[in-house]
Amino acid sequence: MFNYYFGLAIRSLKRNIVLTVLMIAAVGVGIGASMTTLTVFRAMDNDPIPQKSRQLFAVQIDNWGPDTKSIVAGDKERFQEQLSYIDAVALMNAKAAHRQTAMYKTGAALTPVNPQLLPFQVQIRATYTDFFSMFQTPFLLGGPWSADDDKNHADVAVITDKLNDKVFGGGNSIGKTINLDNHEFRIVGILSRWEPTPQFYDLNNNAYGEGASVYLPFTRAIDGQMPSWGNNNCNGDIGQPGWEGRLRSECVWMQFWAELPTAADVENYRTFLNNYATEQQHLGRFHWPAHTRIRDVREWLVYQHAVSDEVRILVLVSFSFLLVCLLNAMGLMLAKIMGRAGDIGVRRALGASRRAIFGQCLIEAGVVGLAGGLLGLALTALGLMGLRSLLSEEVGRLTHFSPADITIAIVLAVVATTLAGLYPTWRAAQVQPAWQLKAQ
Amino acid sequence: MEFRPIISAMRRNKVGAILIAVQMAITLAILCNALFLIEQRVAWSQRPTGTDEANVVVIENQWVGNPPDLGARMQGDLAALRSLPGVQDATSSNTYPLSGGGSTTGLSLQPDQKNATALGSIYFGDEHAIGAFGLKLIAGRNFNSDEVVDKVGYTDLKPPAAIIVTRALAEKLFPNGNAVGQSIYEESLKGQIPIVGVVDRMQVPWVGAGGWGSKFAESSLIVPFHFLSSYPTYYIVHSQPGQAATVMQAAQKKLFDISRARVIEKALTLTTARTEAYKDDKGLVVILAVVCASLLAVTSFGIVGLTSYWVAQRRRQIGIRRALGATRNAIIQYFQTENLLIAGAGALIGIALALSLNIWMVNIFAMQRLNTVYALIGAIVVLVLGQAAVLWPALRAASIPPALATRAA
Repeated sequence: MFNYYFGLAIRSLKRNIVLTVLMIAAVGVGIGASMTTLTVFRAMDNDPIPQKSRQLFAVQIDNWGPDTKSIVAGDKERFQEQLSYIDAVALMNAKAAHRQTAMYKTGAALTPVNPQLLPFQVQIRATYTDFFSMFQTPFLLGGPWSADDDKNHADVAVITDKLNDKVFGGGNSIGKTINLDNHEFRIVGILSRWEPTPQFYDLNNNAYGEGASVYLPFTRAIDGQMPSWGNNNCNGDIGQPGWEGRLRSECVWMQFWAELPTAADVENYRTFLNNYATEQQHLGRFHWPAHTRIRDVREWLVYQHAVSDEVRILVLVSFSFLLVCLLNAMGLMLAKIMGRAGDIGVRRALGASRRAIFGQCLIEAGVVGLAGGLLGLALTALGLMGLRSLLSEEVGRLTHFSPADITIAIVLAVVATTLAGLYPTWRAAQVQPAWQLKAQ
Repeated sequence: MEFRPIISAMRRNKVGAILIAVQMAITLAILCNALFLIEQRVAWSQRPTGTDEANVVVIENQWVGNPPDLGARMQGDLAALRSLPGVQDATSSNTYPLSGGGSTTGLSLQPDQKNATALGSIYFGDEHAIGAFGLKLIAGRNFNSDEVVDKVGYTDLKPPAAIIVTRALAEKLFPNGNAVGQSIYEESLKGQIPIVGVVDRMQVPWVGAGGWGSKFAESSLIVPFHFLSSYPTYYIVHSQPGQAATVMQAAQKKLFDISRARVIEKALTLTTARTEAYKDDKGLVVILAVVCASLLAVTSFGIVGLTSYWVAQRRRQIGIRRALGATRNAIIQYFQTENLLIAGAGALIGIALALSLNIWMVNIFAMQRLNTVYALIGAIVVLVLGQAAVLWPALRAASIPPALATRAA
């Protein structure tokens, strides 16, 4: 039966080619526009680490108090997204989570061994060994540095394969050294491509840009007085001048993540943090009751507005556009079906049931949807290409179609068009056989 | 023109008419909000920085290691840059307008004031900063060379001997307009800081509409420091008009001749910096414009399609009307009036929809209140669009011969 209706649908669509083309075009353009923006939205709204996003938690500790004259204040609910060095180190020492790491963004000049090559800038993430196991970074060669390396402030580094290619021309570089600002660091691991999008563990700068190409032990970076290249927020009194002063200050510039596999772990960690902040209050460092928060990856991305307002607006606009396109197709379908009232009347008179007419017309709508969806896919590819040329490299990275997007486009097109076809189809099923025959 | 027959005919085609009206309403709602956003973003991305953009070259310089004689090296570089042919002036700074990154501080009128009077973004620079950026000094004086000292990283907390502020910041701090000669306090530093000069404008480095810095976009201050740190710093080189490209090449070559133990990650003019800084805003504008154009096209094709169908359906009736003496014009007017009624209804709903959509967007996004003028412009566009789209089917209707009435259907 389906095959027969499908054949009928094709024949009927061929008969009024102009209306058919208009309908397919309307659906296609609508799908193209909405899928283009939806692809970018989905890339921004992406869960960067789906297998663990409910077990990894960003930690916040309010070390400025409710009465802050901070420059990030304004919204009472919002408070510092980063930690001070004091708190980051205290949490590292407490080891209250299954795994944990403090980290910050820094950078250096890398001088290649080959004297022909000029030194170049590298982005560095100073972190602890748990970083690699917590975030499941894929190693091409070697592995993370050891906990002892953290303890010993060791001159070790994990680098990306991209950097390995650039400095050593690829190959096994484990055991070789890189020179960062005149200090030698021994390579212990080489990461293969790892680009969580968005870069959830530090959304402060360049959330969709390229991450670090060198990872160093946090303790070593602090020893080397490597300053934060990310956001540094200070609240009023910065304290004493110099690096030591910065470490003892209430300036916030560190990210802190904890891995808490079970609900009990989460509860315990909340209690632990609360106790820590209360202790700080008793010690006279905080003059306010404990104010701490942990958020898992999904919650963190929402809290940090990982999806930009611009993209939300574009999604809204393009889906309204799709709605207009569907209303349009619906009007045209209505016109088309009512133009065929005579045929339908004859079929009804020859014994076709209402359900049969309904099914047949609905399949016709589905065929239009399918064709529109295919056209929409082509237009989406074109649209994404357009976006890539229009937008900055950072946003341009979000314009890649995944197989899931293709499925969404086709399903969306067929379902939406069929829904839009419901009313015209229902009208078709209402055609009175006798009435139509008489009018002829 | 009689409305009654039109309305009673429309009753028989209720759904079609409603479909067109709703399409027009949504089109209108999107159109005017998008136009409003386009206009805002275009205006935002065209704001002047207050610098001589086309002739200001920025060179990002990072020393390898942390050489102990950073101060002398920077002085040497600057002297060499200033002596290059085609260079008007040069300075070094922690950032530059349109860069997207920098440092902000709170400024107060009293020591230990709870909430800062104003926020300002900090530019480091020496007595050559005004010349190097191409700023306009409108009151007071430039820095004296003895006021310029070294600042060793952000953790060096010595207060500046003097500051130069922008007009906007001066007005915020001292609304009575007597900023020069007054002293202010900086939230993290001890001691009074005298304001010695005011420049007309110097935009903060951040460019995101509604983002950080957008609330104090013109509030900047220049502090007389040479910034010595392992961070990349920026040489700001002001070329003679039209010589930016030559100067950019020569300056990089000169710097590498002095020392190769450095990284020059990028070199660009502020004109290029502007293009890059507003790329996404421009992209948004183009995307919205394309969507608006497609929206208008789809809506008008929809009107053409549905009206053509109505014309085809009413061929006989039109023929009868023509046979009974109706002129071609009367037929055209019939369809135009019909469309005007539908579009009018659509426009009314559309204006309401546009305003509520805007209120919703104001709440959810950092969007501004829609100017009602945009809703009216949108309504006119939609009405004109309807009339234009209906013209072709209406003309086809008018060409139906009266003789049709006499033939059997």
